Amino acid sequence: MYLSMADRKGGATDEPVEESAGTGIQAPVPVKATTRRSLRPFRLSPVILSLGVVSMLTDVSSESVAAILPLYLTGFLGLSTIAFGIIDGINQGASALVRIAAGWASDRMGHPKRIAIAGYGLSMLARVGFLFAGGFWSIAGLIAGDRIGKGIRTAPRDALITMSAQPEHLARHFGIHRMLDNIGAALGPLLAFFILMLIPNGYATVFVVSLAFAVIGVVALVLLVPDLRPGTWAGRNAGRQRAEVAADMPSGAAVAADMPSGAAAQRAEKATRPALLVFRWSLFREPGLGRLLVAAGLLGLLTVGDGFIYLVLQDRDAFAVQWFPLLYVGTNVAFLLFAIPMGRLADRWGRGRVFVAGHAALLVCYLLAAAPLTGLGPTLACLALLGIFYAATDGVLAALASRLAPAHLLATGIGAAQTVVALSRMAASALFGVLWFAVGPSTAMVIVSSALAVAVAVSAVILRGATKQEAAA
Amino acid sequence: MSPELSTPVTARTRWIILLVITGVVLAGAGVYAVSAFQRFQQGQLAGSSVKVASGDTALPVEPFVLFRNTAAGQGYGKAATVPLDDVQGARSVSGVACDRVYGNHQSMVCLRTNRGLVTSFEAAVYNADYQQGSSEAVPGVPSRARIDPTGTMMSSTVFVTGHSYAGSGFSTETVIRPLAGGDSPGNLEKFTFIVNGETVTATDRNMWGVTFVPGDPDSFYATTSSSGRLWLVRGSISARTLTAVHDGVECPSISPDGTRIGFKKNTGTQVAPHWKIAVLDLGSGMETVLAETASVDDQVEWLDNDFLLYGLPRADQPGDSDIWKIPAVQDSAPELFIEHAWSPSVVH
Repeated sequence: MYLSMADRKGGATDEPVEESAGTGIQAPVPVKATTRRSLRPFRLSPVILSLGVVSMLTDVSSESVAAILPLYLTGFLGLSTIAFGIIDGINQGASALVRIAAGWASDRMGHPKRIAIAGYGLSMLARVGFLFAGGFWSIAGLIAGDRIGKGIRTAPRDALITMSAQPEHLARHFGIHRMLDNIGAALGPLLAFFILMLIPNGYATVFVVSLAFAVIGVVALVLLVPDLRPGTWAGRNAGRQRAEVAADMPSGAAVAADMPSGAAAQRAEKATRPALLVFRWSLFREPGLGRLLVAAGLLGLLTVGDGFIYLVLQDRDAFAVQWFPLLYVGTNVAFLLFAIPMGRLADRWGRGRVFVAGHAALLVCYLLAAAPLTGLGPTLACLALLGIFYAATDGVLAALASRLAPAHLLATGIGAAQTVVALSRMAASALFGVLWFAVGPSTAMVIVSSALAVAVAVSAVILRGATKQEAAA
Repeated sequence: MSPELSTPVTARTRWIILLVITGVVLAGAGVYAVSAFQRFQQGQLAGSSVKVASGDTALPVEPFVLFRNTAAGQGYGKAATVPLDDVQGARSVSGVACDRVYGNHQSMVCLRTNRGLVTSFEAAVYNADYQQGSSEAVPGVPSRARIDPTGTMMSSTVFVTGHSYAGSGFSTETVIRPLAGGDSPGNLEKFTFIVNGETVTATDRNMWGVTFVPGDPDSFYATTSSSGRLWLVRGSISARTLTAVHDGVECPSISPDGTRIGFKKNTGTQVAPHWKIAVLDLGSGMETVLAETASVDDQVEWLDNDFLLYGLPRADQPGDSDIWKIPAVQDSAPELFIEHAWSPSVVH
């Protein structure tokens, strides 16, 4: 077959391929960019719009509190932040691990919506707690609850998005969701600071308003989002899944190319089997998903926290000092502006390509931060690039993972990818802290940039096989 | 779409329920916000909960204690003074709002939060008539401020806060600059850091809590941390060096006679710190831990060569605190010094 031949030559490509209905045989579309078109016109799913609004409301809620928390803790309560930094590290680890677990629970239960409600609900309860908390441990506990709630809701929610979206416009749908999400993330801090501007010690008011948005978010989720079942969705997509698994065979290994068609059929059957205790093995045996996890982990290991970039920027730029609290908002605004364009690009050009190219944008931001430039221009450029990076990687990763995971492990696959990225980024920040400590900010940035350049090239190769598979969508 | 949503009546009912709940919840939050705003305005107009002397527009000429007034009502959060010989008496409250304040007879340093849609932080210098002089932006929540005994240099420490619960972790920025503005020794992170005679090239260092050495305008002490360790460092402004001289000393404050350093000593863990007040004898290197049982997160101030002052937040009233006094010797008992106050500086 054509694809097997291409693979044996080592010429696997990222071209969009058209699915011949029902047969499971795929034929490449002519390469000319102008002829690339979607099979169906784009239609925004109301479910995704609802999920986006739920995320927006929840982000207004969480980011309004997050933005004022340093002021509240140190300026108002007189608690030192050093301990919160340490506890937050622990929380982030817990939140990362919870993602894959929640995805798995969602797949086993077969009701992603219920797990999502649990996650959003836990964060909402943490908001209630803020109204009564005042001590160190109570606040630390509430922050943990909020973080874990965020970890729980992400994978099942992204599974709901996947089930509601037109497959060929999947990344665009994720882009719309992430845009709405980030509108909330940009509005939250502004709302909180507006309240504090009117009422200088009005932290309680910020907590009350934050709780109000959290409650509306949860109610909107319960009322507007249908209880989509992966089982029925998988049934509808069984043909697609079989085709993908079959198409994936050659790309896994040279041996796989010669695998008898009976084995492929067996695998395809397994992929559509209802969720049982098949969590560990079948997930990572999916060669496309395995490749994605490796590539995402590799790139994640070279993605240092934004905080470091902001510190480098404010170190040399008076503008950044004054506006330091707003650098984060600036990144969010860039993220929301680029979320849809990057999603559309991913659907047309290849999600794997855009995912890798997003890290190239991050690389340019590192170089800008490391270069001895001063002034407003490089700072703003760096924020825009960070926004592009998130727009090209966050929703696109979920889109990639959901197309590569078998239908019965949809949320587990998404959660696995997010856990890998979150854990590897945590490791990256810890390692970068050591590097920063050893050689200084600029040199550390240059070293990470060089390593990231190599990783971008390597992951582009790793993802070739996987992206060919997801391009089949 | 699920079957129940495709039924228009059900979908409409759901929307109506959502809109009603949204309306109720937003109205509730709105009522709370409006009443909080009214309470704040009334609180501002209400008389202060403490005795206030009639409006002073300048720093006193007689010896005094400058502090941040945290008594509810009018003048909350403003810089205030009491005469040193009657600290429990009526306080004179200025119109200058500060989170952290330090002063001498000629000037006052005020670190503050400028609340707005873009909340920023600044270190401003005022003269004895409370007229603002130089001012510079600082990158986070005010923590410590000091003026040197000659009245030419000031230092400020802030918690660098971008966003989120902790951002990239705990980070402070400590700067020394002339009160009059102009050429500045700048950020202590740019100073050469020497431990046991060797230069530490690590740049991920945090500095906090500068105290200027009396009688030596070039020298100061501060805390430097690096990879989980803490040192008391002696700094030289002209040589731009920080030399580690002792372990585990946070927020040093040198006694007026220059022989001892009062500081906070962490007797808990890194995650759950408990700071005891301690005194280090610079001559002998002996540490004395004082008897205060509460955890003190402050840079202590010497009342004279025998007593230390420090702030403790009130557990039952967030945003309010008291200044306490303790003899700088072992087994001594703390006593209340100034109620509803924070950030003391003693001006003889």
